[in-house]
Amino acid sequence: MATEKHGGEQHSPLEQFEIKELVPIEIGGNNISFSNSALMMVITITLIVLLMMLGTRKRAMIPGRWQSLAEICYEFVANLIRDTVGSEGRKYFPFIFSLFMFILIGNMLGMVPYSFTFTSHIAVTFAMAMVVFTGVTILGFAKHGIKFFTFFVPPGVPIWMWPLMIPIEIISYLSRPVSLAMRLFANMLAGHTLLKVFAGFVPALGAAGVLPLAFVGALTGLELLIAFLQAYVFAILTCLYINDALHLH
Amino acid sequence: MTEREPPKSRDDLDKRLSQFRSERDAVTGRDRDKDSTNNGLGFAMRIGVEVVAALVIGVGFGLLLDSWLDTKPWFMLVFFVLGAAAGMFNVYRVVQNQGGAVGYRQHDKPGPDMSKTDLDGE
Repeated sequence: MATEKHGGEQHSPLEQFEIKELVPIEIGGNNISFSNSALMMVITITLIVLLMMLGTRKRAMIPGRWQSLAEICYEFVANLIRDTVGSEGRKYFPFIFSLFMFILIGNMLGMVPYSFTFTSHIAVTFAMAMVVFTGVTILGFAKHGIKFFTFFVPPGVPIWMWPLMIPIEIISYLSRPVSLAMRLFANMLAGHTLLKVFAGFVPALGAAGVLPLAFVGALTGLELLIAFLQAYVFAILTCLYINDALHLH
Repeated sequence: MTEREPPKSRDDLDKRLSQFRSERDAVTGRDRDKDSTNNGLGFAMRIGVEVVAALVIGVGFGLLLDSWLDTKPWFMLVFFVLGAAAGMFNVYRVVQNQGGAVGYRQHDKPGPDMSKTDLDGE
């Protein structure tokens, strides 16, 4: 890469995704070190807790800045649930809210220079997607028992089509966690890589580097949008899955 | 939420609020159209991955069956096609605003004319 020759710095655009062990811990042969990824997660959770605590401390009738922020977050997720699941979805508010805030703040912290984006690791996103998937499946079973299996049979399909349709439905059901995890992971990975690649062109091109610099500026804006959007999509899909599990068809 | 009234009037406010909301929802037909029509970008993000994810699951499952039953390429080929079909259906249902994925149908919202295929009928 042309950027690497310039200035003697060997910065690969992928270096930002490297996991560094900050506090090496090994238990029973398993490496459970406290990494930079874990650190960012702790920071994320601390920030969310701080925001919610500061926001709800005064409980003013006329909200101040912090309270407004907390209320915006609350209302955004509450509306999301109401629009997709309806009032039965209220029970799942804490789960969806935590998920949304965790991804949102994690994505946003990833936009801070020199920080680390933990959502750009498929291990993290897939773990979250599997929690959603297993939770929703258990919810479906708990709610409908054996009737749960009827939702692998699409309504209105003639019986001779079933041998074809049922495998398709099952594959499509199993593809949910994969698509959920892949979407978030791929978007974050691609966006951050692209940012670094274009930023690398800036010193390499000298005076003409103004062009990629402007592009990086615009791209940063786009990335902020995507950071929000991915958290939104993750949350809304979780809502839709919960809705499906509650109502089958 | 912001309401910090004495409990008496808050109950009343809650009642009126929920009444207002249900009336408004009935009038504007809001509810489920919102998630994809309102946010075009979020919508666009969703469809691309659906196909790939279904293909990955299909091919993975086929390969697993193959290695288990020793039928090297056959299950993989079959499930590749099934996975592709599942991916197409996923996209189709996202586009038709039918919620998350295959197998699910929105009950209360009759879809646009396009959705009246054999898959979506009653």
